[in-house]
Amino acid sequence: MRLVLDIITVVLVSAGGFFFLAGTIGLLRFPDTLTRLHALTKVDNLGLGLIVFGLLPQVESRLDALKLTTIWLLVQMSGAIVSQLIAQATRRSGRQT
Amino acid sequence: MSSAALYGYCGAILVGLGLYGVIARPEILRKILAFNVLGTGVFLLFGVFARRGAEAGLRADPVPQALVITGIVVAFSATALAVALLIRLNKDTGELVIASDDSAESGKQRVRQ
Amino acid sequence: MTLAFACEIVLAGLLLAIATWTITARTAFAAIAVFMVYGLLLSIVWVTLSSVDVALTEAAIGGGVTSMVLLGAASALRGSKGAVASLSLPFKITAGMLCALVAAALATVVFFLPDVAPTLAPVAKENLAASALGNPVAAVLFVFRALDTLLEKVVLLLALVGVWSLSSDRAWGGVPELRLYKSPSPILVFLAQILPPIGIIVGIYMFWAGASQPGGAFQGGTVLAAMWLLTMMARLQDVPSTNAPWLRLLLVVGPMAFLAAGLAGFYFADSFLAYPASIAKPLIIVVEATLTVSIGVTLALLVAGPPEKVPQQ
Repeated sequence: MRLVLDIITVVLVSAGGFFFLAGTIGLLRFPDTLTRLHALTKVDNLGLGLIVFGLLPQVESRLDALKLTTIWLLVQMSGAIVSQLIAQATRRSGRQT
Repeated sequence: MSSAALYGYCGAILVGLGLYGVIARPEILRKILAFNVLGTGVFLLFGVFARRGAEAGLRADPVPQALVITGIVVAFSATALAVALLIRLNKDTGELVIASDDSAESGKQRVRQ
Repeated sequence: MTLAFACEIVLAGLLLAIATWTITARTAFAAIAVFMVYGLLLSIVWVTLSSVDVALTEAAIGGGVTSMVLLGAASALRGSKGAVASLSLPFKITAGMLCALVAAALATVVFFLPDVAPTLAPVAKENLAASALGNPVAAVLFVFRALDTLLEKVVLLLALVGVWSLSSDRAWGGVPELRLYKSPSPILVFLAQILPPIGIIVGIYMFWAGASQPGGAFQGGTVLAAMWLLTMMARLQDVPSTNAPWLRLLLVVGPMAFLAAGLAGFYFADSFLAYPASIAKPLIIVVEATLTVSIGVTLALLVAGPPEKVPQQ
């Protein structure tokens, strides 16, 4: 049982790490602000979500699992709102990078 | 090399980097940034001492940790005061740097009340 | 060379690269954005060094509030036309060599550290039970070295008085000019309605849990300050006038409670800032609670800056 849980953790955290990598490459390679924001949302939602789900089999109490999930939800919310604010500021200022 | 020693060397290099930034960047805002980097380098050295003092079931010596927490708060107070002084200097004279003594004599300051 | 040590080498290398980028960035905005990243990376390093309380403080104050203050300065100075003459190359080379010397001297000190490190951990651990706290760093901050924490809180207040004194004489006691949008975006207002209830609970929890786990008054107070600043920036609450009595009372209630507990130590225990053993923990918690509130208000006002608008009579 322990081994199954560890395998789940490794697989999910690696998948999350892959999305982090993809999002970071997008941040560095995409041409302008809006496309870079689009790449970063993958990091916030999928990347962090997979890492959190991968860590859930390793926690000791339900309260810790709740805390981890709350962190993921808060990062999603703040990431979404900050992306909107940056996009609005970009459109208002007229610059594209 | 243990991990604590690795971060010790890292902290030493950060102190050098921060000191260079304070000396070599003329704009005051960049000096304040470099001062913060210098401060965090010093705190990292304290952290190395804390980590090496792990004993009696504790993973790190708590006394240097408390000193670093105090240091971080005091560094922030200094940064906030320095930034307020910089904004006031800019409002009064329009400068972003502190003029050296000879250029101050040439009457470039327009102090507005 | 274990995998963990390889990861630590990568982390240390990243830290140095980011620090170099902060120092050498071309625009102030880029330097401050990279400095934010630097603060967060540094808090990961603190966790690696098993100092979780310091990691929380670094992420909150070092990476968070300091970057806010610096960003505010960069935007206030953005339109300035002051001429900046850069320094000559020989000067920079000499400065670089001297700084390399300083770094080398510190690295030599690290290299020649004694094998058996001197430590106060056993002393702290055995006196921990007497203070009835579970977190050794909190015990050091509020029991063993309580004088340092009291003075640190007073330093925060003094910095605030210093910032306020930079206003013009007419504006003393007025409202700080926190740089706001004329009409904040509805999304910002949405965030300022959703996040502060959660943030206030998180801040209070961080203070409350600091007695037995990593956390404490400074970390919790910073989260409370951030939530208040968010509501002020979204114009859901007005920036208070700096001569409002309730504001000044909140600012001083923390240090005053701490000082009162310290002076009471003369009568009920041995000396200044000694706590009587029977009520040590409740007393520390009460003092820490007032300190959290004061720290939150002080940090938010330090970000808001000196008063600009003349107070209404």
